[in-house]
Amino acid sequence: MDDWQGWRRIKYESQLDPGFAGVVTAIPGGEKLLECIQCGTCSGTCPLSSYMDHTPRKIIAMTRAGFKDEVLHSRTIWVCASCYSCTVECPKQIPITDVMYALKREALRKGVHPKRFAAPVMAGEFVRAVEKYGRNSETWISLWLYLKTQPWKLLKFARLGPRLILKGRMGLGHESIKNKAELRALLRAVERTAPDADGVLAGRAKGAS
Amino acid sequence: MSYAYYPGCSLKSSGKPYEASLFKVFEAVGLSLDEIADWNCCGATSYTSVDDMKAYALAARNLAIAERDGDGGVDLVAPCAACYLVLSKAQHYMKDNAAIGEGIAKGLGSVGLRYEGRVRVRHPLDVLINDVGVEKIAQAVKKPLGGLKVACYYGCQIVRPYSTFDDQHQPTSMERLLGAAGAEIVDWPLKTRCCGGSLIGTIQEAGLRLGYILLKEAKKRGADVLVTACPLCQFNLECFQDRMSKEFDDRVDINVAFFTQVLASALGASDKEVGFDRLLKWDPPKPVGAEGGSHARA
Repeated sequence: MDDWQGWRRIKYESQLDPGFAGVVTAIPGGEKLLECIQCGTCSGTCPLSSYMDHTPRKIIAMTRAGFKDEVLHSRTIWVCASCYSCTVECPKQIPITDVMYALKREALRKGVHPKRFAAPVMAGEFVRAVEKYGRNSETWISLWLYLKTQPWKLLKFARLGPRLILKGRMGLGHESIKNKAELRALLRAVERTAPDADGVLAGRAKGAS
Repeated sequence: MSYAYYPGCSLKSSGKPYEASLFKVFEAVGLSLDEIADWNCCGATSYTSVDDMKAYALAARNLAIAERDGDGGVDLVAPCAACYLVLSKAQHYMKDNAAIGEGIAKGLGSVGLRYEGRVRVRHPLDVLINDVGVEKIAQAVKKPLGGLKVACYYGCQIVRPYSTFDDQHQPTSMERLLGAAGAEIVDWPLKTRCCGGSLIGTIQEAGLRLGYILLKEAKKRGADVLVTACPLCQFNLECFQDRMSKEFDDRVDINVAFFTQVLASALGASDKEVGFDRLLKWDPPKPVGAEGGSHARA
């Protein structure tokens, strides 16, 4: 946690990053962020506001004002479950769920998500599985997720897992597509030239394990 | 009539009963589903958090394959809420945003694929309510549900933000379908409130609470069964009941099935065919799909 969070909550303008909103305004519909009227409909409609350190309305205000560190370090962006309630309710049609996604990506790119926080680790594991197999396995995602964040919780899962296996709803195999080469080539072809997000991700995942 | 079918990863594992019963429902009303060739994971919510262009590319490959093999306009049925949303979203962004559209077209081109935007992404609820219709469903019912009390749960991503087939806040397609099959619909206002999605694995405290809120209310309103149209909703609401009950010191035990299981059963499929035996808990007061009888409540 940065020093400022410990004692001084107000920042001088010179400490802000006025260009930070660009991360969001670059996505489709993202420029609408600048039209936010701070009505708070997003925070009111969000089923997870109470688990966030900053409500969605505040995140929008902070993003616009350039509170880059605070926004990228916030738990809020990872608590968002992508239910799109805010997006459909926003009177200014700001695609708030997509704003949260853009902020998650930026936090991953900069490698600054809360430590041992499972949401970014899960995203990383998910991506790894898709790039390797083309499909996902709920079993392996869950296993890796727990191993890398809170292995002791595997004990709790030890009851549910076998029950699901007995019901034929979970297996240890990993589904895979046939044309993996095609999928990989496609993913490489659309890769952005920006700093290697995957490299950062791999590093973070390792750090968290 | 035949529809292209995109199962997604969940329908091949925890959502197996969803797939089995979906096929039974379609069969009963004379429709078939053809799984598209070598489909890949849609990317769900996780991939977009890491790389949006790659997330669109994942969806685009599936759309391109469906279009290529579909010979012209194609209706692609995606039963999983996340798949349905991701495929629809990629479709929208490729069309409306030049940079994304061109980037993805170039990527697809580099592997010999192309996509012209002729796939219509459909949810089974959309197909059943709009293409088949409530009347035809009602006619096809063989074992009416006899007033089984059902709470219909849509969750988020089926109705928000892209769906046009039903209302985003108060959808009714599931109620109309199951009502036609003889269910008594429980008035339950939380039907589009989020179940927490993958939070059950990442921030479990939050995930458990969101699920608990839904189950508590459904139970309070007297539902025998809560039906869902999404594999993750079903998983969250069924598999963590014990933990929710313990966490909130309030027993929330309620049957949570896929809407297709209950519907297929009314349309004549056996318990085994619709996969009631694959649920962790299945004990409605008058068993749905009980062989050779109606389910009239005593």
